[in-house]
Amino acid sequence: MNEKILIYGGLFVFCAVVTFPFWYNLGNASVAPEILLSAAAKEAQTCVADKSYMKNQHMQILNIWREDVVRQGTRSFQGMNGKMYTMSLSSGKDSCMGCHTNRSQFCDRCHTYASVNPYCWDCHITPKEIN
Amino acid sequence: MEDKYKFAGIAIIVLCCFPLVCIKFLGMRYVFGVLIPYTALSIFLLGFISKVIGWSMSAVPFRIPTTCGQQESLPWIKANKIDCPFTKKGVVIRMLLEIFAFRSLFRNTKFSMDKNGPKMTFSWELWLWVFALAFHYSFLTVIIRHMRFFTDPIPLCITIVEKLDGILQIGLPGIFISGFVLLGAICFLFLRRIMIPQVRYISLAADYFPLLLIIAIVLSGMYMRYISKVDVVGIKSFTMGLVMFKPVIPDTISVMFYIHLFLVCTLLVYFPFSKLMHMGGIFLSPTRNLTCDTRQKRHINPWNYPVKVHTYEEYEDDFREKMIEAGLPVEKES
Repeated sequence: MNEKILIYGGLFVFCAVVTFPFWYNLGNASVAPEILLSAAAKEAQTCVADKSYMKNQHMQILNIWREDVVRQGTRSFQGMNGKMYTMSLSSGKDSCMGCHTNRSQFCDRCHTYASVNPYCWDCHITPKEIN
Repeated sequence: MEDKYKFAGIAIIVLCCFPLVCIKFLGMRYVFGVLIPYTALSIFLLGFISKVIGWSMSAVPFRIPTTCGQQESLPWIKANKIDCPFTKKGVVIRMLLEIFAFRSLFRNTKFSMDKNGPKMTFSWELWLWVFALAFHYSFLTVIIRHMRFFTDPIPLCITIVEKLDGILQIGLPGIFISGFVLLGAICFLFLRRIMIPQVRYISLAADYFPLLLIIAIVLSGMYMRYISKVDVVGIKSFTMGLVMFKPVIPDTISVMFYIHLFLVCTLLVYFPFSKLMHMGGIFLSPTRNLTCDTRQKRHINPWNYPVKVHTYEEYEDDFREKMIEAGLPVEKES
């Protein structure tokens, strides 16, 4: 009889662990984040590539840019719309954050939601923080 | 006999193509995104529970002292307290070592003929244990990491596991160590079955199938993270919908995600009815979880019934005259 209590207790713990996401989220209202575009971004209308590409692949572009700037010294990038951009995350008007000025409303919303912790800001500081 | 892995391989290819065709051409996103995952999880849970309950009903009439150490006997003979435990504490230690460190696998040996002559030798074969550990722990890490898609807000412990896993900070999105360890270890376990003739001889399609299935799951997951890139926020809103019973299906999710999901569902359904149930079975292995106290305690079969015995004396009473007549010796004369 003693063993049965152990077995069923263990089974109960197992079920609790497996169903963890179901009871953990009870009462939480999880809503997919909405990105707020800054005035500058709305005005520019297009980014260096189209929206869905940027949504999925922006980290790869940033990684290539970093490589190009730091190792090769190239600083200009031709966007998919033909326009030239400065390859920079945070300095200058046509850098990423020149347009997407608000980090917490643009970058962090999705990153926090998907638990992504990019180390961009280990080195870069957001432009607003300078003022 | 020789090509059982081909059956398993074909099965995996069919399983990968199934959602591909159904979603690309028939648009069955709701079936693959909502119905199949819920069904799979229910089958997994109910199957697991019924298996374990079934096992809990089975009789354990006696101890099985198939041990790897000296049993407790006379005071001057040194007993092995963990490998042949005669106390509950010893059993707990043995079980913990078995569950967390796969101690039985650690004793894995390889049999071969000696080079120098016709002599059989058993050598210690450690690789299976090493890769089994690597496989199980990296798989656990991957599963814990995936909880970031199923929780909002994400608990700190999951974030910590994720941070440690991505500590190398190579590439963007950064590589996770566990994914690569998992792929390497499972490929070793698969190649081991193919390359070693003896192991290949005893391997069945049911041995190859889970290995190939997990390889396919890992590859489809890695493909999404490192090569094709997917709409992670869209996927999280989908997975959160599932766990909150408010399913939503964003259009931005690629077919590769459905293949990944469908393979995971296959694994869940397959789990309770296959060798993968060693997950629950390891806790119930009678050679590991029973005390070896056969010399201290008498274990009587619990369902023993009183057996009617016919002693020799009674036998002689029955046949005495006939025995004397036939000249057979009897113990009691009349």
